[in-house]
Amino acid sequence: MAELVKNTVEIPTLQTEEKTISPWKEAWQSFYKNRLALAGLIIVVFFIILAIIAPLAAPYSYDGQTLTDRLQPPSSKHWFGTDDFGRDIFSRVVYGARISLWVGFFSVLGSVIAGTLLGIIAGYYGRWVDTIISRVFDVMLAFPSILLAIAVVAILGPSLQNALIAIAVINIPNFGRLIRSRVLSVKQEEYIMAARAIGMKDSRILLHHILPNSISPVIVQATLAIASAIIEAAGLGFLGLGAQPPTPEWGKMLADSKQYLVQAPWTLFFPGIAIALTVLGFNLMGDGLRDVLDPKMKQ
Amino acid sequence: MLTYTVRRIFSLIPVLIGMTLVVFAIIHAIPGNPAQVILGQRATKEAVRELTEQLGLNKPWIIQYFEYIKALLHGDLGISLRTRGPINEEIWPYLMATLELTIVAMLIAIIIGVNAGIISAWFNNSWFDYVAMVLALIGVSLPIFWLGLMEQWAFSIQLGWLPTTGREDVRDPVSAITNLYLLDTLMQGRIDQFWTVLQHLILPSLALATIPMAIIARMTRATMLEVMKSDFIRTARAKGLRMFWVVYKHSFKNAIIPVLTVIGLQTGLLLGGAILTETIFGWPGIGRYLYDAITYRDYPVIQSGILIIASLFVLINLIVDLLYVFIDPRIKYTK
Repeated sequence: MAELVKNTVEIPTLQTEEKTISPWKEAWQSFYKNRLALAGLIIVVFFIILAIIAPLAAPYSYDGQTLTDRLQPPSSKHWFGTDDFGRDIFSRVVYGARISLWVGFFSVLGSVIAGTLLGIIAGYYGRWVDTIISRVFDVMLAFPSILLAIAVVAILGPSLQNALIAIAVINIPNFGRLIRSRVLSVKQEEYIMAARAIGMKDSRILLHHILPNSISPVIVQATLAIASAIIEAAGLGFLGLGAQPPTPEWGKMLADSKQYLVQAPWTLFFPGIAIALTVLGFNLMGDGLRDVLDPKMKQ
Repeated sequence: MLTYTVRRIFSLIPVLIGMTLVVFAIIHAIPGNPAQVILGQRATKEAVRELTEQLGLNKPWIIQYFEYIKALLHGDLGISLRTRGPINEEIWPYLMATLELTIVAMLIAIIIGVNAGIISAWFNNSWFDYVAMVLALIGVSLPIFWLGLMEQWAFSIQLGWLPTTGREDVRDPVSAITNLYLLDTLMQGRIDQFWTVLQHLILPSLALATIPMAIIARMTRATMLEVMKSDFIRTARAKGLRMFWVVYKHSFKNAIIPVLTVIGLQTGLLLGGAILTETIFGWPGIGRYLYDAITYRDYPVIQSGILIIASLFVLINLIVDLLYVFIDPRIKYTK
């Protein structure tokens, strides 16, 4: 990766008088100047590292119960206190980062892939294919998203994996519509007509011309979608429709501790702060990326 | 206008049919024997057979679907497996409770959100703008169920200002007329009860209002900034009009359409978000009804709850679409 960046910078500076920089480099520079976006990136990277090194960062295992240490307030031994099973909340929050990021990334990846495919098919081929796909999207968007997720989990049964699938499903129409509208506008461009005139195959036009031209709004949308996916996963977990015990999922941790609000409020502080921080990180990053990558919003 | 309205209503038909298909699938797409799943592994064979017959699961699904639609058109939502009561009667008070909560939350969100957005655009790049927008960003990032719990901790448990859960004083229940308690207590002249009901409403409606408030504020600011760059605003200022009127009358009038779109969309999402808020605050609304149904695997209630909320969502979007034409006469739908 480092080498790649180096190359793209050096070659143009060698050959041209005027200093030119690649669009990605330029995007990074204006992203770097946006302090809020940078803060978002730092938060996200922090949680990613935390998730990777969870076994090293957590002083205890996430399901190790010490019943003599039930509902202990935060101390030097247990930084975030312990829950009603005497489990270390700090360790559970650290391991929880794995679960939330996993659900966030992979559910959005699923929606991006499915949404892109459907959007391209609808936008490029038009006619009845477009009508059917667009109507299906309309129906899906007619449900408030958490309700559609509940419906999907009600069918598949409650588990973390099914919550992930449900969240992936509810986000498909957002990406599908985005790609479809991009395809429709790019399709009108003269170079696409030229590509078709020289006999280029549909698949090649789609893959080499239309898709690269649609990628930046998808990146922005995906970053913001990860934020909402993490909240939705926590919401499903909170309703008992996501992760099952003893998985240290943040939403489920809140649901299990809500009866200790008076007795041991720290059991509720930290998982919630973890959700809010992670989501804030992705939201800040998404906003920054939109300013950088979406020329319409550029000032 | 009339043709547009009619066309817009007709365009809803495929969406509504699709919605019923999704809701219908909630029972029928369960892998394996749905009746067995609903009753659990330990259920007797007779119980499973009985439930299969009660839900009509032994017939071909296409016939079941038409029977389901026929019942829906007669306003029949089926029988709750838990209470054995007809859902269309049971659901009413829950629905009104949610409506009351949603309306109050939306009012809070609109009043604060729109004004924060306008002032942020007016004093662009000021400290107010900066603080308001950072708060809005934090607002959209908070899980509302956690925010609700924290509100309860701060305002009920620590400060003791407001009640934690419920909708009324259980020792002095409101006698329901419309089931919108604020209205009911006023109609009966019970000002004391009106205050109790209002106190119960504050925390849940604030929690529910947070996200739409933040989104409305951001949208209002963005559109206002756009509008305030236009020539007619410069003209208005040049002729010496007070800035207040320029902002609130000339600019906001022209920024209202996108703001209205967001408000409509958020009202619908609020109905979905109500399920989490109501669970936290023990609010006897449709979200709570749905939550209990999920816990008891009461599938007919799950289906009806989802169908009703989704229909309301569609209805609100329809109203917003039609409102555009009244508010902004520049929009014409004659084709």
